[in-house]
Amino acid sequence: MSFPWAKEYQPSHPTMRWLDEKLPLPRLVYNAIGAGYPVPRNLNYFWNFGVLAGFCLMLQIVTGIILAMHYAPNALVAFDSTEHIMRDVNWGWMMRYAHANGASAFFVVVYIHIFRGLFFSSYKAPREMIWLLGVVIFLLMMATAFMGYVLPWGQMSFWGAKVITGLFSAIPLVGEPLQTWLLGGFAPDNAALNRFFSLHYLLPFVIAGVVILHIWALHIPGSSNPTGVEVKTAADTVPFHPYYTAKDGFGLGVFLILYCAVLFFAPNALGHPDNYIPANPMSTPAHIVPEWYFWPFYAILRAFTQDFLFIPAKLMGVIAMFASILVWFFLPWLDRSPVRSGIYRPLFRKFFWFGLIPAMAVLFYCGGAPAEEPFVMLSQIASLYYFAHFLIILPIVSAIERPDPLPYSITEKVLGEDENSALAPSAVPVEKSDAAPAAS
Amino acid sequence: MIRIISILVGLFFGVALAWSFVVGAVTFAQEGKPETAEHAFHEYPKDLHLASDGAFGKFDRQQLQRGFQVYKEVCSACHGLKHVAFRSLEQLGYTEPEVKAIAAGFQVPGLDPNTGEQTTRPGVPTDYFPAPFANDIAARAANNNAIPPDLSLITKARHDGGAYVYSLLTGYQDPPAALLQEFPEAAPGTGLYYNPYFPNLNLAMAPPLMSDGQVTYGDGTAATVEQMSKDVSAFLVWAGEPTLEKRKQTGWPVLGFLLFATVLAYLAYRSIWAHKKAKH
Amino acid sequence: MAENAVTGTPEEMSGDGVRRRDFINIAAVSAAGVGGVAVLVPLISQMAPSADVLAASSTEVDISSIQPGQAVKAVFRKQPVFIKHLTAKEIAAADAVNVGSLRDPQSLDERVKEGHREWLITMGVCTHLGCVPLGAGEGENKGEYGGYFCPCHGSHYDTAGRIRKGPAPTNLEVPEYEFTSDTIVQIG
Repeated sequence: MSFPWAKEYQPSHPTMRWLDEKLPLPRLVYNAIGAGYPVPRNLNYFWNFGVLAGFCLMLQIVTGIILAMHYAPNALVAFDSTEHIMRDVNWGWMMRYAHANGASAFFVVVYIHIFRGLFFSSYKAPREMIWLLGVVIFLLMMATAFMGYVLPWGQMSFWGAKVITGLFSAIPLVGEPLQTWLLGGFAPDNAALNRFFSLHYLLPFVIAGVVILHIWALHIPGSSNPTGVEVKTAADTVPFHPYYTAKDGFGLGVFLILYCAVLFFAPNALGHPDNYIPANPMSTPAHIVPEWYFWPFYAILRAFTQDFLFIPAKLMGVIAMFASILVWFFLPWLDRSPVRSGIYRPLFRKFFWFGLIPAMAVLFYCGGAPAEEPFVMLSQIASLYYFAHFLIILPIVSAIERPDPLPYSITEKVLGEDENSALAPSAVPVEKSDAAPAAS
Repeated sequence: MIRIISILVGLFFGVALAWSFVVGAVTFAQEGKPETAEHAFHEYPKDLHLASDGAFGKFDRQQLQRGFQVYKEVCSACHGLKHVAFRSLEQLGYTEPEVKAIAAGFQVPGLDPNTGEQTTRPGVPTDYFPAPFANDIAARAANNNAIPPDLSLITKARHDGGAYVYSLLTGYQDPPAALLQEFPEAAPGTGLYYNPYFPNLNLAMAPPLMSDGQVTYGDGTAATVEQMSKDVSAFLVWAGEPTLEKRKQTGWPVLGFLLFATVLAYLAYRSIWAHKKAKH
Repeated sequence: MAENAVTGTPEEMSGDGVRRRDFINIAAVSAAGVGGVAVLVPLISQMAPSADVLAASSTEVDISSIQPGQAVKAVFRKQPVFIKHLTAKEIAAADAVNVGSLRDPQSLDERVKEGHREWLITMGVCTHLGCVPLGAGEGENKGEYGGYFCPCHGSHYDTAGRIRKGPAPTNLEVPEYEFTSDTIVQIG
């Protein structure tokens, strides 16, 4: 893998040489995130979020393991053991706030990472597999976050568990038995809490495994870049270390400042007060909403208020909610434009900034708002645009759009000229996507 | 082919949504938004400024002690504080013997050492505040079918919790004439009290702080209803999160260090990239 | 890391530039290291006893009903404490031993409070590997020296709770305690 000019690992110390012969772990790291991985020299700050997402996963695993040392997954004591962590365990309050806000931070980072992928078309050939694995990671994250939110066994935990497993009851014939099976009972109770705890502990390691595949797949074509023009020569790249390790270090610092500001000064701002009320199966809170990172999908779920053809509204909402993420799996084949970067796609860019982004913003807002007018109508319009954008607009735009001229190379984009460009045909309007894998 | 399929799928969702939208819009146009008494008369909590507010907030221990006194003498008859241990009262500035005496003043569940029967014994510092009722059924029976909530987390379990408690305590009033006119069914029933700061306007708790001087403060502060409400709200903010002060005090050095480290990281980043940014 | 950062960039530079870059990189990496070490403090101390566990480390026991020759087991830090009311015979037996010949030389007086010689208060935890010795309960095996006997690995303690035979290295530990009155002992 990687480019022919990638530096080879040269162990200098005899111990490292010995290790390299027996188990080339240092070589693996060197080639993955060290000087052995050539990266386009023009990455902007949006390219920091992959490393940040990896950091968030580690943060959640470390704080999560610590919380599990003090938490008791039993419906009788789960709430009390959470308060025990907050009050009596040394630094327990910090661990719990770090974990709860860490989940939010993880989603912020991953949403920006996905946004980057959507704008710069990081899903296009030859990087489809990276994108597909990324969507799998996102689905696993959603499952993990949902099950983690159940664990404190507050009112929102309980009713979240009930409502989300209730989604499955919309499936014809098997729905009701499926929900009962998922919960191990007719309503969330000890059985559900215990299995959610078990899976909440397991899934992050599954995520870590898929992350390794995601990075592995990334290293085959190499990183994309803001121009969308593939790397041509060594001059287009810099070694990951020290160039991007330094940049990621700075990015991590900025991230930590924002994260710690929330953690220490507004740790409950992103949570819901009702989750400090112990679970009560007899009374539903007046206004139940999931955590903020689920709001767009929750809004899509609630946007379907009418039976359609032979499909009941409840099932329609569930199908649409899952479809809104599943559609991402087909993105590499829906957007057929050979140009990757949104910067050189005038029509795509308009729909992206003035269509998709406002629609997502509306869905975010309406998902957290009560299920009443005008929020339902707004989320119906926004959902309509959301599906139209991916399923109708992208295929059509990519067929009719006339892209702006691309730079000859990354080097030309950065330095204003590339001595190699004189050798090439003068006009390179569009780089064919299947001509790209200069890397392999 | 894939484009045709995707456009068809897109149209499927689009038409379903448009249908939902049209039906919803027609209904909305015909019926409008139903107005509810809660929507029209519920009020957000009043402003309450406590010493523990803000990024530099610290507890006013004198006030917490006064608030604790109000809790002990008034609230604790019906409301528990089950996540708070007597030992934590030392954080309010009480000495160890004082905490022992406070704990001994509460009867906590225990076992008779000779017969093994359930009984009560005086509390010790490691005990937690006892629940005033044996169970939910007893609580309902004694309180007009409403369970008085445990107060340990009340300020975290409500939006703007400290201000909410304060507003509720000082917010009792006669139901406005407009309410009785527009929503006759929202008038407080028997044993209910009108309070616009309570989500459904009608509260089963009788006004607990009725008159000035209901408690006698040891520090000479005048015990007005206003003052008692503020003090007990401050105490409950502490009870909800005793680590609040430590959290804020930890935050500043952490942020300071991160800022310093990030500036260094930026300088390192710039110096490493110095020869890559521009043309050689 | 810092050294790598420098050697990894191939540009030639003036001596002055190298020193400045060196300094900044080393400082940045050191700051990250300091931060990493600081984070270890909460990560490690969270496993230490929590506030409720520490608060439970004091026990009051009423000893008025314990007859000479009897012992009770109290709980201190989730471990048994033996409170034994020694008989005159047991005191005499303990005093008769030549302290210098013991594995862990201590006289009875060093192990009890002044004015309360008849009250031997020790942890009920064998100093070998932590089992609870027999001898505090009615009719239990008191071992060859009439005190306590640990059945796990056969340690024998005498009437003053001193190790006399078997693998245990030291006498039964005497916890911190005081007589708050003639009939109340506060342990811890």
